[in-house]
Amino acid sequence: MSDAPLQKGRAIATRDPGALRFALIALTLAFLGLFLVAPLAVVATEVFREGLGAYLAAIADPAARSAILLTLTIAAIAVPINAAFGMCAAWAIAKFKFPGKSALITLIDLPFSVSPVVSGLVFVLVFGAQGLLGPWLAARHIQIIFAIPGMALATMFVTSPFVARELIPVMQQLGNADEEAALSLGASGWTAFRTVTLPNIRWALLAGVLLCNARAMGEFGAVSVVSGHIRGLTNTIPLQVEILYNEYNIGAAFALASLLALLALVTLGLKSALEWRVRAALSEQRG
Amino acid sequence: MTFAATAGFLPFRRRSAIPGLRLTLAVTALYLLLIVVVPLAALLIRASSLGLMGIAGIAMQPRVAAALRVSFGVSLLAAFLSALVGAPIAWALARYRFPARRLFDAAIDLPFALPTAVAGIALSTVYAPNGWFGAPLAALGVKVAFTRLGILVAMIFVGFPFVVRTLQPVIAELETELEEASMTLGASRLATLRRVIAPPLIPAVLTGMALAFARGVGEYGSVIFIAGNLIGVTEIAPLLIVEKLEEFDYAGATAIAAIMLTISFVMLLAINRLQAYARTRLGDV
Repeated sequence: MSDAPLQKGRAIATRDPGALRFALIALTLAFLGLFLVAPLAVVATEVFREGLGAYLAAIADPAARSAILLTLTIAAIAVPINAAFGMCAAWAIAKFKFPGKSALITLIDLPFSVSPVVSGLVFVLVFGAQGLLGPWLAARHIQIIFAIPGMALATMFVTSPFVARELIPVMQQLGNADEEAALSLGASGWTAFRTVTLPNIRWALLAGVLLCNARAMGEFGAVSVVSGHIRGLTNTIPLQVEILYNEYNIGAAFALASLLALLALVTLGLKSALEWRVRAALSEQRG
Repeated sequence: MTFAATAGFLPFRRRSAIPGLRLTLAVTALYLLLIVVVPLAALLIRASSLGLMGIAGIAMQPRVAAALRVSFGVSLLAAFLSALVGAPIAWALARYRFPARRLFDAAIDLPFALPTAVAGIALSTVYAPNGWFGAPLAALGVKVAFTRLGILVAMIFVGFPFVVRTLQPVIAELETELEEASMTLGASRLATLRRVIAPPLIPAVLTGMALAFARGVGEYGSVIFIAGNLIGVTEIAPLLIVEKLEEFDYAGATAIAAIMLTISFVMLLAINRLQAYARTRLGDV
């Protein structure tokens, strides 16, 4: 009894006509190659057009340096907080059953479906001069909008789902058995989390943190609305790119933009590698 | 004996031995309340003070109506076209083997990862009248940058990955046995495609389109550089919110935002329904 004819039959049954295969592969290569890669390639060529000297000068410019510093500051605030939130949310959702769980998941995902501009606007309506807390804050000389706190809040809103989204499905698949074993051996809940859960979810957590960070550093619309565009004070890299581009300082705009493009490429590469590791770890867990 | 032991353990297991529900749930709920719920509620409170008639009045102002029409019209078209190119690409990536497939597969996520301001200035440069694609198209008499066509291009750029990424896993999970059965019953490959393969994929295509549409309506950074932002022609609703804020017209900004937020909620609900429908009718997909 040989499987060969059966295998051959299967291959034929699920095989599309050659012309269709060729057309779809050609469409995929052409569309992705032209439509998707051209914008990335244009960043690279615009950077090299003016030479390395101009590139370095554009990045060393004081306004550019303060934009880079502010972008790093905001990411340093938003990403750790959202990582902690993501771990809490994933623990509650993946390890327990409780009423309203699906509503909670929808609420976690909600910022993804809100326009970036609206995400910024809502904070202006809370903390702005005409906002709900505006008069109270003004009386105490607390500046939130057009300052770093507002920009950090808007970034936290926009990036809050990333870590939770990465962790929830992975922790659901892993189940509770490992933690229950640790607890039955006398570990405290915190010890079980630190020594059992955290090693199990480390690659998914890292992937979530990377995606969260890429969005936090690249966010434009939400941060633009709450920033007030004060050059050297409240401009992040994306906002500085906009200003330079609108001033027809194209070379400098693309020089700064190339930093963000590089971040996107590195994030994408690492994410692909990590997803592979997460899948490998999960199948190992399942035996 | 075993039965008694199991029965004895059941209530204990049901209560769950894992600690930390109260703490993690409290932190999660409190954070969402402060960062997501209260700010969105502030928008709804502000909008309700305008009243439905007030919002409708603002929405019918010519400039606002035009911006809403452009945003919704173009993003709807972009969602359709995203499905049109996204579905074949998802099929090719899931079913065929070709050189550099994994690289192309990873590249699908590029529009998700690339910051919108970068995508915006890059698209605008590529499609400008002197750009790589803009120049040959201009020679053919097609203007892309600074027209609605440019908005469409940007919205497809950020939208089509949603179609590919929702469809791809569903195609990978399709039971090839059904296709084999279809062939043994004498159906041609094209008939199988149409009558066996396509039906379970439709909810995923619609979900992808809904996500692409929602993203397109709210999209700001990728669009504003290529759009040209001509009032009444290529001004999108999110940009008009920014303009209204800069004029300190909070009522106008709030009204437009409330309309867009309502649409987002409706889309989110529709997507959840679609996925629930797909799960019950077609098994877990």
